[in-house]
Amino acid sequence: MSNNVLIVAEGKAEGLRKVSFELVNAAQQLARDLGGAVEGAVVGNQVGAWAEQLAKTGVAKVYVVDNAGLENFAPESYASALAEIIRAAAPAIVLFGASGWGKEVSARTAAKLGWGLATDCTDAKIENGALVLTRPIYAGKAIAHVRAKSFPVMVSVRPNIVPPVEAESPAAPIEQIAVTLKEPRARVVEKVENAKSKVDLGEASIVVSGGRGVKGPEGFAPVEELADALGGAVGASRAAVDAGWIDYTHQIGQTGKTVAPKLYIAAGISGAIQHLAGMSSSKVIVAVNKDPDAPIFKIADYGIVGDLFQVLPALTQEIKKLG
Amino acid sequence: MPYNIVVLLKRVPDTESKITIRDNAVVTEGLNFVLDPYGEYGLEKALQLVEQNGGKVTAVLFGPEEAKETIRKALAVGADEAIHIVDPALEGGDAGTTAQVLAAALKKIPFDMVWAGKQAVDEDNAQVPIRVAELLDLPHVNSIIEFEIGADGKSARCVREVDGERDVMVTILPAILTAQQGLGEVRYPSLKGIMGAKKKPITDWNAAALGIDPSSVGKQGARVEIIGLEPPPARPPGKIIPGDAATAAKELARLLREEAKVI
Repeated sequence: MSNNVLIVAEGKAEGLRKVSFELVNAAQQLARDLGGAVEGAVVGNQVGAWAEQLAKTGVAKVYVVDNAGLENFAPESYASALAEIIRAAAPAIVLFGASGWGKEVSARTAAKLGWGLATDCTDAKIENGALVLTRPIYAGKAIAHVRAKSFPVMVSVRPNIVPPVEAESPAAPIEQIAVTLKEPRARVVEKVENAKSKVDLGEASIVVSGGRGVKGPEGFAPVEELADALGGAVGASRAAVDAGWIDYTHQIGQTGKTVAPKLYIAAGISGAIQHLAGMSSSKVIVAVNKDPDAPIFKIADYGIVGDLFQVLPALTQEIKKLG
Repeated sequence: MPYNIVVLLKRVPDTESKITIRDNAVVTEGLNFVLDPYGEYGLEKALQLVEQNGGKVTAVLFGPEEAKETIRKALAVGADEAIHIVDPALEGGDAGTTAQVLAAALKKIPFDMVWAGKQAVDEDNAQVPIRVAELLDLPHVNSIIEFEIGADGKSARCVREVDGERDVMVTILPAILTAQQGLGEVRYPSLKGIMGAKKKPITDWNAAALGIDPSSVGKQGARVEIIGLEPPPARPPGKIIPGDAATAAKELARLLREEAKVI
């Protein structure tokens, strides 16, 4: 085992996801403290462009499994490919993004290798030679400090917590790892279009959410218009989802998604405990609600007591003016 | 064709509960415990599949003696029998050791498929069912919102939701399947169901019954351990922006740009 930190990048058609650059940044301090280097891993089919992109982030080396068998997502194949890279790289720590993809693939890979894994961490540091992690549990109602008893260990890191590395570095060497993949028993056969999700909630840096106060499915129009103006994603409270006004994939809360964007705007959301759990680690929270006593105002940085049907369109106009 | 379906369940505090922490532990006194909501979606799907095709639903819950009450709820909505993995020597581990315990139990139960929640709403690990799949060398499909058994009866077509996208996955059975919200509305127990649940069998399994060496799991076997627990940091008080909608919106946009610097 080396003292290196290996980050597992993930991408989409346009290139690497933002979380991949965040992982490089998170790995740098850990690698310094361990006296090792940061290395990267890329797996998929025809992912040469991702590997080249990752090679310029300041990592010392990029390992790639580029295999036609990884064209469509198959958990077994992806875990096998990553396990091969990890055996070759022999890192002390492997970092994944705590996206849906990262959480799934890390769990299968950790079990394959018999490693420990801490999910969805918001901080990772070396203390007295051990890896110590911070992870919100109960969707953020409690913060757990977790220690890895030994190395090697895996961690998934919550998106939007660590800033991404930005500077372009000289390209690091890329090493191809050959794998023989078995026919997977479970695999993706088709993608389904999901019209409403223009921006992935989990990775969005701005989220605008509607609750009971939007009063109906059409009430989400001003919420969506504001989200569009800000380049953000649309969220919802459980009340709005349970009422059938919006698809459950937008639900923020303990059942639903946990988000930590730089700006969270809650419109017509009173602030039930289970909702607050899913968004209270956002950097800046704005609440718009008619009820001045709504609990959401207790955690909001900025509040407007008023009718969201007046405030949201006015705010959308102001945002467009600011450009 | 009838199916033997196992559902992995967990006992967790109700999501409406406030979590209080004392001495690095969650204060359980006064907490309302329920079946984990995601596991409940899986249980509902299992019950529907057995209603349509015949077979049997076995609920498996790993947890303390107090969880018997939670197991009765699963029986009350329609599970046919239950296995309670209950042994203090097995407790206190991490996601890896929990998966080892559940995998050992599943080796003793014949099944065509296993349902579980995509994560439990207490520790939010989102690892255990996937680890179980790998330990048992089975395929898994995660975060399922639509499920149908294939024409051959030995495969399934699943729609699943991940990172804002939807995929169709096909898997061979047996498989480990995890439920996401959206899979369907869950049922409530009827009075008849509650009465009937009292007569349904709950079998207790301990480490010996599972053939597990307790030192390989629980606190000793865990590779990651919780060393402290605290409430989330309190947020500083915010400001209420006065004025009519247009005035307040204008001021808010200014503050977000100039003070908070987030737009």
